[in-house]
Amino acid sequence: MPDLFDRKLLFVTGKGGVGKTTVSAGLALLAASKGKRTLVCELDAKGDLASSFETTPTRFEEREVLPNLWAMSMDAEASLRQYLLLQLRLPRMAGIGPLARTFDFVASAAPGVREIVSVGKLCWEVREHHYDLVVVDAVSSGHIIGQLAAPQAINHLVQVGLVRQQTGWMLDILSDPVISGVLIVATPEEMPVTETLELVGRLATETTVGLAGVVVNRVLPELFGAREEQVFEAVCDPHVMEYLRGAVGGQPEPLLDAARLMVKMRRSRAAHLERLREALASGQAGKVPALIYLPYLFLRSYGLRSTRQIAGALSAELEN
Amino acid sequence: MTVAKEAPGTVEALVAAKEIVVVCGPGGVGKTTVAAALAAMAACHQGGRILVVTVDPARRLAQALGLPLSHRGAERVPQSAFAGAGAAPRGELWAEMLDTKQSWDKLVARHAPGPATVQRILDNPLYQNISSHFVQSHDYIAVERLYELHSEGSYDLIVVDTPPTRNTVDFLLAPERMAEFFSSRLLRLLTVPYRSRFVDIASRPFYYVADRILGSQFLEDIAEFFILFQTLSEGFVARASEVARLLADRRTAFIVVSTLEAVPVREAGAFIGFLPEKHLHLGALVLNRVLPPYLLESGLAERADQLCALAGELAHDLCSAGGPLSGYEPALVGRVLGEVCTNFNNIGVVARREAAQRSELPSTPVVVASVPEFAEDVHDLSGVLEVGRHIWS
Repeated sequence: MPDLFDRKLLFVTGKGGVGKTTVSAGLALLAASKGKRTLVCELDAKGDLASSFETTPTRFEEREVLPNLWAMSMDAEASLRQYLLLQLRLPRMAGIGPLARTFDFVASAAPGVREIVSVGKLCWEVREHHYDLVVVDAVSSGHIIGQLAAPQAINHLVQVGLVRQQTGWMLDILSDPVISGVLIVATPEEMPVTETLELVGRLATETTVGLAGVVVNRVLPELFGAREEQVFEAVCDPHVMEYLRGAVGGQPEPLLDAARLMVKMRRSRAAHLERLREALASGQAGKVPALIYLPYLFLRSYGLRSTRQIAGALSAELEN
Repeated sequence: MTVAKEAPGTVEALVAAKEIVVVCGPGGVGKTTVAAALAAMAACHQGGRILVVTVDPARRLAQALGLPLSHRGAERVPQSAFAGAGAAPRGELWAEMLDTKQSWDKLVARHAPGPATVQRILDNPLYQNISSHFVQSHDYIAVERLYELHSEGSYDLIVVDTPPTRNTVDFLLAPERMAEFFSSRLLRLLTVPYRSRFVDIASRPFYYVADRILGSQFLEDIAEFFILFQTLSEGFVARASEVARLLADRRTAFIVVSTLEAVPVREAGAFIGFLPEKHLHLGALVLNRVLPPYLLESGLAERADQLCALAGELAHDLCSAGGPLSGYEPALVGRVLGEVCTNFNNIGVVARREAAQRSELPSTPVVVASVPEFAEDVHDLSGVLEVGRHIWS
């Protein structure tokens, strides 16, 4: 298993709401702080990446937002235009008007074209060695297969033409486990774990891209060990409550309720985490992927500060 | 549980007056559970035939509803499942899982001019690709199926759990886009016979670029497919506009679901703003997995600090002979009390962040319901109904 940051291209995916953008931003920030020239790209252009770095909205043109760290948002049409005009030297008559129309058509008619143009831009950055690492805040687990399988789909549908010619080198980059990998973000909850396991299987059967690891995000702290839990139950006794009420000058029950809520939440999540761990360890998809745990961060708000905390937590986890 | 009078401004009253409820919102906020809970509550308390249409539900949720995981159309949730949850429904609860591919095939069969054309379309590799992979096809087919179910008229209320889309609004724009696509110049350009393409000077660059990108063989394949597909266009366009009209009808209400995390709140806020632009009716906002309000009680943080400061001393007293915890190890008790405080301070930060997040929603509908964070997963009908009771009033 190569080190996560030895790869050149990381696709970060997962079920909606598990924190893909936060993890992508944290990873990119950590890589940049280790001296790697890093590009982080938001694929679905919702603008969440920009808020992770507290910067003005990201655009297709890469911009250095922090030292060593460049950010961009994918725009498939801009990507195609850049590609055609710069790399393929299409004549000027293939101006923007017809190009946009062609692209619209191509994208509506041939599934995979919009995807291949986006993935193509990212592979291009890798091929040209513009960056040491490209982190992709990719689409959610329901859509990522279509994105990563686009080169094969195009190969299958299109027999000749420029698009076809481009799939070869892209497949080389995507299929090389030393260069590219998918990082699935999950939270220890029922559906995120289920979708993660499904995706692990589908990645292996439907794409050529390897699994770089699974990030388990928002792992709740364990308040009590077994002995402490017994003590906690004893503390909840009415006589103890009565005693505490006098000492703290008010009802102590909400404080204990909050502890009980956390214990229960952690316990139900632990079962899902165990299911994830077991299924991955059984090696259904060949190699056992790396599991990276990120603690739940009790944060006041989200922004650059929380991104730095995520980067710190990732760093602690990756180094031990 | 007794049925309260339907107070205005509750989800209960809203649902009672609608034929369609569309449950939408960002990914991962619990839309499927909320949709099931709404439908189950309506079946229990309002009666009639209630259908919940869902896309890829949590397996345990399907189990909770007592349903097999099939795509064979609507299945009735057995009475025994309700009895097990201690409920006696006045009506019937049905559930259906959407099968995108099959729905597309049915749509083609309905609109194509004859069985031979139907077969040619179904056999076309481009069609197969589009119907099973084309992301937007899920969006369109969901609203299309909704229209079909509604026009069949066999249900009093249909609750739709919307498919996960990249952007919540994609779901709503789907009929419009489908209609636009069929009437576009693009489609006309594509379906022009190959030889006459170079007659029109204005279109030449289009074909030039398209040929270079895709190759002329593929272009011809596409053209053939769209010539076939165009036979559907009249039916499709008419249908898409009816679907759009149904969504905007007064009988349809949208219920937006969100948690109070920053990203979902932003997305839900954008969606709420978007609905009136499209003349769609926002019925209610359901805030899911909200931390309990007692965490925000005033004076509680001070009590926690006090407990923290006194933990060692208190532990000593509690464990002393004759104290309520005599026999326990004071150090252990002290640690437990300390953890209780630390946890409260941690979780309190999140509760306050969530409360602030709530006020950041640009505009809120009249009806807002909160569902608390349940420590355990919803995995049976009584769990679904528990969620429902919080939404209901």
